[in-house]
Amino acid sequence: MTTVQQPVPTKATTGDLPAVARRRRRGGPRRRNPLFWVVLVLLSLVFVAPLLYMLLTAIKTQVEARSVPPTVFPSEPTLQAFRTLFFADKGSPVLLWLANSMIAATLHSLLVVIICSMAGYALARMEFPLKKTLFGIIIMMPNFEILARFGFLDTLAAIVLPGAASAFGVFFMRQFFSTIPIALEESARIDGAGPWRIFTSIVLPVSRPAIVTLAVISFLANWNDFVFPIYVLFSAEHLTLPVGLSKLQGAYTIDYPVIMAGAAMASIPVLLLYIFVQRYVIEGVASSGIKG
Amino acid sequence: VAQTTVAQPAGDVRTAPRTRGSKELRFGGVHGSRATPYLFMLPYLVLFVTFVIVPAVFGIWISLHDWDFLLPGKPWVGLGNYTALFDSESVGFEPFWHGMRATAIFTVASVPFLVLIPLGLAVLLNRQFPGRTFFRAVFFAPYVLGVAVIGLMWRYLLDPSFGAVNGLLGLFGIPPVPWITDQPWAWISLVAVTIWWTIGFNAIIYLAGLADIPGEQYEAAEIDGASIWQQFRYITVPGLRPVLIFIITTTILASANMFGQAYLITQGGPGDSTRTAIIEITERGLRQYRMGEAAAMSYLLAIFLGIIAMINFYLLREKK
Repeated sequence: MTTVQQPVPTKATTGDLPAVARRRRRGGPRRRNPLFWVVLVLLSLVFVAPLLYMLLTAIKTQVEARSVPPTVFPSEPTLQAFRTLFFADKGSPVLLWLANSMIAATLHSLLVVIICSMAGYALARMEFPLKKTLFGIIIMMPNFEILARFGFLDTLAAIVLPGAASAFGVFFMRQFFSTIPIALEESARIDGAGPWRIFTSIVLPVSRPAIVTLAVISFLANWNDFVFPIYVLFSAEHLTLPVGLSKLQGAYTIDYPVIMAGAAMASIPVLLLYIFVQRYVIEGVASSGIKG
Repeated sequence: VAQTTVAQPAGDVRTAPRTRGSKELRFGGVHGSRATPYLFMLPYLVLFVTFVIVPAVFGIWISLHDWDFLLPGKPWVGLGNYTALFDSESVGFEPFWHGMRATAIFTVASVPFLVLIPLGLAVLLNRQFPGRTFFRAVFFAPYVLGVAVIGLMWRYLLDPSFGAVNGLLGLFGIPPVPWITDQPWAWISLVAVTIWWTIGFNAIIYLAGLADIPGEQYEAAEIDGASIWQQFRYITVPGLRPVLIFIITTTILASANMFGQAYLITQGGPGDSTRTAIIEITERGLRQYRMGEAAAMSYLLAIFLGIIAMINFYLLREKK
């Protein structure tokens, strides 16, 4: 792990360029200290290489994955791990887990967007101080009991519903709605539209960027959720991918290609989603700090 | 995602300062009846009350009983579950405080790095250069992967005998390091993986804060002959103060809630050394179903975290 702990490259920031030029945010391309690029590319490798290694391991044989010293590229690439994952005689219905994750994350994301944009609209012109607290642990035991009483344990409802009343979601939508000029709504009102009509046909269509951001962030959060799902989902066919994978680690402690293939399956959909909408994800995260 | 956000009930709902003569623009005026805002909030409130407010109170009730999920009888024990945590003779005492200690070790060891390294990265990425968006996206990428993926991946990469990390070190003639099987290496591994996983999150928040600092301030400092370090110390740090307070607070709380990394990479080991308070509480309450004890532990942990958050705000508050 020494690689991660490389000192942050202050050298690059104290290079030989005039400081004013360095600070200016706009303007044409400038010459860069080559050291800056070396540091940047090396750092990027630290973040990308482990993921590539995971993918490469997924197509190695079980023996090669445990070889000492480890190999980087598979000497005889094989899809054996994926075959084990998909067609194991018993135990790991991975496609079901993939479907469960997809369904849960989609439903969750839709639900968050709907309820948070409605509540956010209602609050758009009120002061409603929300405080971030991270004491999620105190509601886990009672939520388990509540889910049990609704008969929701071991169903997707157990992982879709509890986190849907997201404080971040309401706050985020409210902030966005506050920036919409009220004139649009006024003129619709004069034309006789009611609040619901105004909300659905005027406000929501112009809020697409905010809705996409919130939808993606909630989708990712739910897809990756781990600590609660591992306790409220039990039967093999009801698990989500992260939960199923953690059970695979128990079942196939020695078959690392299978585990890496499973991890790759859980990563590829979210990485693809991220590549397409990374701007929205990053804007959403950035906004959580400034207004927090 | 490592952090769970829970809203507190609005203590005081005030009307916002009105920007212009907007009285007729508010709900209850042009926007339908007085009930309209409540109807819009209803679906949210139903879920919020059911899964946040009710549990927060119900948990206290649970903690006052000998509450086993599987048993029909849940006898009242009053504060017994709480007093047991302060009685060194009781069975819950040792595991709980052991977990609290592990949580404290991880928090103290990880927070400085999780606050400072992303700041360095943000300062690096705040400059104008081609491909800036690309690199920003690369550094954030691990965060979009869940803890399950990164946990399983690093468990393999850090394997003492055939892991890639020791393989890489071997190329330089460095003997194998017991990353997950010996202390203090297990803590070092968990801290490093957490940095690797979450660096982008804090860096993005810093970047947003850096963008709000006017460039003229640096130019003026430059003219006055301020060094790079002085600029950082007297412009960047004060300019980032609100963002820093946010990041330090959320990072402390996120580290204190660390679960997945220790659960998957070290599996609480070696021994029980990385079995954190959260692992202890969730395993007790949701695996062994001794929910009364676990609920009492969770409130005690929450009180600790609340005190730490308050001390933190007090220390970082604007000095007159």
